[in-house]
Amino acid sequence: MIELFINAVVAGVLLGGFYAAVALGLSIVFGRLDIVNIAHPAFVIIGSYMAFYVNENFGLDPIVTSFLFLPVFFLLGIVMYRFYYVCFERTGQESLSGLAYFFGIMFIIEVLIILVYGVDYRNVQAPYIGHSLWINDWIPLGDFRVSLPYRMLVPFVVAAVVTGGVYLYLSKTYLGRAILAVSQDRVALQLMGANPIKVKQWAFGIAIATAAIAGALLIVIHPVEPSVGRLYIGRVFAIVILGGMGSISGTFFAALMIGIAETLISTFIGPSWAPAAAYGILLVTLAVRPQGLFGRA
Amino acid sequence: MKLNKFWFIIAAVFLIGIAFTMVADNEFYFYATYAVMQLMIMGIAWNILGGFTGYVNFGSGGFFAAGAYTTVFLHRAFDAPPLLIAVLVAPMVCGLIGLGVGYFTLRLKGVYFAIATLAVAIILETIVVNWEFVGGAGGYYLLIPENVVFFDSYIEWLFVLILAITLIAIIVSRYLNSSKIGQGLAAIRDDELAAESMGVPTLKLKLISTTVMGGLMGAAGAPFPYFITFVEPVSAFNLLVAVMAIAVPMIGGTASWIGPVIGGLLLGTIQETVTVNISSELNLLIVGVVLVGFISLAPQGITGLYQDFMRKRRKGND
Amino acid sequence: MTEPILSVTNLTKRFGGFVALDGVDVSLGDKERLGLIGPNGSGKTTLINCISGALYNEQGKVNFEGSDVTGTTASSRAKLGIIRTFQIPRPFRSMTIIENLLIPMEYAASGRMESRNLRDQAMESLEIVGLQDRADENSANLTQIDMRRLELARALSAKPSLLLSDETMAGLSSSEVDEVLDILFALNGRGVAVIMIEHIMRAVMKYSERIVVLDAGKKIADGSPDEIVNNRDVERAYLGE
Repeated sequence: MIELFINAVVAGVLLGGFYAAVALGLSIVFGRLDIVNIAHPAFVIIGSYMAFYVNENFGLDPIVTSFLFLPVFFLLGIVMYRFYYVCFERTGQESLSGLAYFFGIMFIIEVLIILVYGVDYRNVQAPYIGHSLWINDWIPLGDFRVSLPYRMLVPFVVAAVVTGGVYLYLSKTYLGRAILAVSQDRVALQLMGANPIKVKQWAFGIAIATAAIAGALLIVIHPVEPSVGRLYIGRVFAIVILGGMGSISGTFFAALMIGIAETLISTFIGPSWAPAAAYGILLVTLAVRPQGLFGRA
Repeated sequence: MKLNKFWFIIAAVFLIGIAFTMVADNEFYFYATYAVMQLMIMGIAWNILGGFTGYVNFGSGGFFAAGAYTTVFLHRAFDAPPLLIAVLVAPMVCGLIGLGVGYFTLRLKGVYFAIATLAVAIILETIVVNWEFVGGAGGYYLLIPENVVFFDSYIEWLFVLILAITLIAIIVSRYLNSSKIGQGLAAIRDDELAAESMGVPTLKLKLISTTVMGGLMGAAGAPFPYFITFVEPVSAFNLLVAVMAIAVPMIGGTASWIGPVIGGLLLGTIQETVTVNISSELNLLIVGVVLVGFISLAPQGITGLYQDFMRKRRKGND
Repeated sequence: MTEPILSVTNLTKRFGGFVALDGVDVSLGDKERLGLIGPNGSGKTTLINCISGALYNEQGKVNFEGSDVTGTTASSRAKLGIIRTFQIPRPFRSMTIIENLLIPMEYAASGRMESRNLRDQAMESLEIVGLQDRADENSANLTQIDMRRLELARALSAKPSLLLSDETMAGLSSSEVDEVLDILFALNGRGVAVIMIEHIMRAVMKYSERIVVLDAGKKIADGSPDEIVNNRDVERAYLGE
């Protein structure tokens, strides 16, 4: 029982770290720019299929692939924002039409992937998939057996590094600080001499670029089919809202929380209930404390 | 005068529908028109909350499936009662779900409401997947009654039933659109704070809106199990339902009751033609592209384009 | 002073740890014109929000025409006749000018309307603010001053007995300020009590019979315009020590 519990928590932490990578881009876009990019998980799935394609044809590691493709995703993000800005933000229609727009984009991405790859599950090959790190080999835990599968551990480490990198970028660089200011503090932005549209465009590019990495991590963790992205919509929005809308460290901790909640429910109640966990937490949060757990009140 | 014309058309359409069941004998027509009308009801329902009130609902699939599974539940629990009972109960169940969702989330900004509706859909799906009584993840088979009173086949009865639901949905939607409630909803959509300060009881009106939306979605879903005879969670909670429900009013126009009627006819017909003649994946792609195209280029939909056209022509005549 | 139409007692409003209003008492006589002034962030708009019901206050009471309205919704207060305008005009953008006026007539004033044609009554309100020739124009593309006119006409259509005017003149030219003042005088002439928040001192001094000064959430002065001008606390609040 306790062994199950500890293993579930450990698995939850690893899973949560990966969730942070998925939520990171949305945290910037939704939390800082007030753009409700509900299609963000769909971009993550594009990242997965890109990693799959390169891995299948050239045998390259999925995570390395995703870093090589960062510029492509960055540009994709910039194009997406440009279009969004011209059609909706400039005319003040972002509330209704903007939401429906991203919803439509999400749907188109899903259908396109189905048209190209079908609805079968796809997976990747990498040397670390299939092995585990046994904590018992390092720390004497008595009778407990605690394992860290590498296919979870590697994504966790990459996700933590990327999250840390984005955190440093936002807090230490000129553009990063402009992104933090863009929706909250127009005056500060003007004093910095930054053009809000350019700043938002840049931020959107970064956000979509993180989706490339998250996508590679996703397909390392488990096989992917085109509609998997939908399950992540609730998770990432739950994480971003719980994390306090745009706080990067808050996002990371909220992601760990959701990860642990899911593995606990999966272990003790049943895997088929796990997808509802994040949504349930999200609904309760919205009803009780919409500013999030780590909120800026 | 205008009012009489509306009711005349409603009655005429219903009678033509009945007459249609007497003359037509190719069942394909009934299946195809059923699908178009189901789509139209979902569009009308979505538009009451989305178009009139300005609250985007991504969880249409959840409400639709809740309607379908109400039928399944009644079928299992009471040994296949007449479908008409399910069609009356399902809107109440789904209306209550709508009311509950609205009560807990409508105090929030629109964006959070949209995300909450998505959450509700997934939670309902998870419940159904884990609920063996209604078939769980494996699904549930319904045998269609062999004998139907008055009609030649069961699909003809389903056709008349969905026609009646469609007409009722249009009547409800038109009433909400043109009454005092409709003006209040429009005020909420334009500026909720200003509406409240001008005496519009915003919470109450929004709850009416979510309840009616849920009820109509449920009504659209109730006959669904009999239409396809086998229901399983993945198809019932399909994201496509949510996309379609948004696409119909977005294409037709969201501001008035006629928008989703036009959008439903158009999109439904395109869809049936493409599915039959080309492929169903391509059909989905067309829906997506048309949706995004309309949202970006003609946000007022077809009715908006028509109004612009009339305005220009009137100016041209002056 | 006659029986007060509005009395606010010991009103306190906190946002998290920040005390926006601290034990404020304000009362207003029937048909009185009250100016509400104070430095930025002193709590003026918060007070308006608490009176109109847009915000709930944790402590204190709001009494209107003899009944306690504390904790009721903004829409139910609007039905009683407490009507506000917004600092930044908030028209119903999808509607024409006259349709904007029909909303409060259908809702806030529904129990108190005359039985005449609603459109005629709306036209009268538009005439008072000078928008009668543009009734069927779209409200989304109006100029600043016309937005303010519409905002006031819409408030007027709600048949207020108390109008809360929140910086209706900010950003207007001198002649436009006079025009808005005329409208507000006309409203008051029809028996409406007015609380006016304004930074333009000339307008407040001209309009108000009495002035209340807020500073950092507290009421620091309450008196006639002359008394306020000569009040040392007020001077200190505005100019610093």
